[in-house]
Amino acid sequence: MPVTRNSQLPVLPAAAAPATPVGPDASYAAIDDVGLAHPAARRRRRVLRNPSLWVLALPLTVIAAWALVPDWFTTYSPLDGTPSENFQAPNATHLFGTDHLGRDVFARVVHGTRQTLLTAGLAVLIGLVVGSVVGLVAATAGRAADAVSMRLVDVLLAVPGFLISLVIVTAFAPGPVSLGVGVGIASVASFARVVRSEVLRVRNLDFVEASFLNGGTYWSVVLRHILPNASGPVLALLAVDLGAAILAISGLGFLGFGAPPPTPEWGLLIAEGRQYLGSAWWLTSLPGVVIVATVILLAALGRQLLKTFRI
Amino acid sequence: MARYLAQRIGQALLVVWLAYTFVFLAVQLLPSDPVTIFLTVDSAVDQAAIDTMKSQYGYDQPLPVQYVHQLLGLFSGDFGYSLASGESVSDRISGVAGSTMVLAGSAFVSAVLIAVLLVAAATLTRSGAARRFLVNLPPLFSAVPVFWLGLVLLELLSIRWGVMSLFPDGSFLSLAVPVLVLAVVVSAPMAQVLLKSMAHVYEQPFIDVLRAKGASRSWIFFRHALKNAAGPALTITGITVGTLLAGSVITETVFARSGLGSVVLQAVTTQDVPLVQGLVLLTATVFVVVNLVVDLLYPLLDPRILKSNRQGSARALAA
Repeated sequence: MPVTRNSQLPVLPAAAAPATPVGPDASYAAIDDVGLAHPAARRRRRVLRNPSLWVLALPLTVIAAWALVPDWFTTYSPLDGTPSENFQAPNATHLFGTDHLGRDVFARVVHGTRQTLLTAGLAVLIGLVVGSVVGLVAATAGRAADAVSMRLVDVLLAVPGFLISLVIVTAFAPGPVSLGVGVGIASVASFARVVRSEVLRVRNLDFVEASFLNGGTYWSVVLRHILPNASGPVLALLAVDLGAAILAISGLGFLGFGAPPPTPEWGLLIAEGRQYLGSAWWLTSLPGVVIVATVILLAALGRQLLKTFRI
Repeated sequence: MARYLAQRIGQALLVVWLAYTFVFLAVQLLPSDPVTIFLTVDSAVDQAAIDTMKSQYGYDQPLPVQYVHQLLGLFSGDFGYSLASGESVSDRISGVAGSTMVLAGSAFVSAVLIAVLLVAAATLTRSGAARRFLVNLPPLFSAVPVFWLGLVLLELLSIRWGVMSLFPDGSFLSLAVPVLVLAVVVSAPMAQVLLKSMAHVYEQPFIDVLRAKGASRSWIFFRHALKNAAGPALTITGITVGTLLAGSVITETVFARSGLGSVVLQAVTTQDVPLVQGLVLLTATVFVVVNLVVDLLYPLLDPRILKSNRQGSARALAA
């Protein structure tokens, strides 16, 4: 964060506030009441105090932990099975049953989380970074830049995301990286639009004007004031888009364009289970329930974040 | 009106041209040319064979020539040639498009019906619990993977209850179930947008006037509110064409139907770049044309759009 003249002037009380206010604080409340606190700081407090956000965050944290430390949740190996125990229906020892090689399906789902989240995370990261840059340029770099970048976004919207992913996967050979890049490029458009409209909204607020008058440069104002205040809806989109990316990736993984077979991955698990649809319903149904639950939780988290950030 | 027409058609042409340029540039960014990629998928091939094939497909021409040649072809309905079969992309697609059109078309109509009925039920019901349940259905629908829903229904209907065959046999269920699977997923965004704009319409004073004049709840909904709320939903309906196509490809794979899905799968696994390129351009064109039609229908539904200068505001609300 560059130190600028602007940040040292005591115009905005919250400019000197700590980055993460932790609890109710009398002086904060007073500032809040007269509406002078830096909006970003006020929003951060609102996030921490929202109980439904915590309720949603808990199961999502568990899923994130599956990706980080899968061995805490299952003792079975995702790759080696006991052939004599194959095709067991869900029971107390094998929560999701076992597959044709006697591998524990729950272990494969838990260990598959990493592959799925890594690919989806790559996609969302590309969408976020490229989309934010395009949106920011569109909103702040003048009319011509706005027109050009928004037409580019129109083009991205005109080609269905599924096909954009297909082009990338075809060109660079199927695999998790090309899949993530493809899905990521497809999600650039939505990030660009949200960032653009948010930046346009924030840019016209009085305190941004004030920061410019105080001698703030383009970069200092963008980084210190515009981006933090425009981040709420973008954060909400991030959650929703992660869910959408998981859906897209599991769909393309199901078609066989993702990680190659022995790797556990959610879409691939369902694709493999498809051959045993007649004898072992749990191979397809239960991993699918995990995908549905994850996507619903992420979408609900996105909605809650949006609600929290709406002033 | 003429100005609005010209603007929309110009924009549509611009988007098709930009999409073409985008795909053309993307192909140039590949590590090597499409022919080499295609021929070296699983084995080494001698250079002479690559060169012959390159000259056959015009990949030995200078880039600007290729660009203009392919662009002109695009406007005469020539979407390029498949490397695997040598057929033109349009021939390759027209052979199987019928089956996909039946699936996608029926799914589209069903999705619109599902969305309208769901919103009507949610708006007209007097029970708070029923409304909460209905309002939460679209987010659930949009979180369900198409292939998973298809497989679960297939397992229940064909294997557990035996009312449907595992492979398409022309019976009613073998078409109705894939259509339903696709329609459920496609209806989600339509219902969500329609619910949102319906809530907006119900806040307006004319609804109170209608109510005060004694109009029944269903009369208000179907004769007045639906028409006023339909705009943004119409826009998102145009946008769902992309989802519909992706969904068709996956649904066809799950239910072992022939159609565009198998062509797409084959094109990607053999790394047939021109075929994929042609498919993308064709879809982008279909998408742009459908959305152009939606834009042109819009003033008929809501003449105010011609007077206001806030272009694309409906699309912004829909997205």
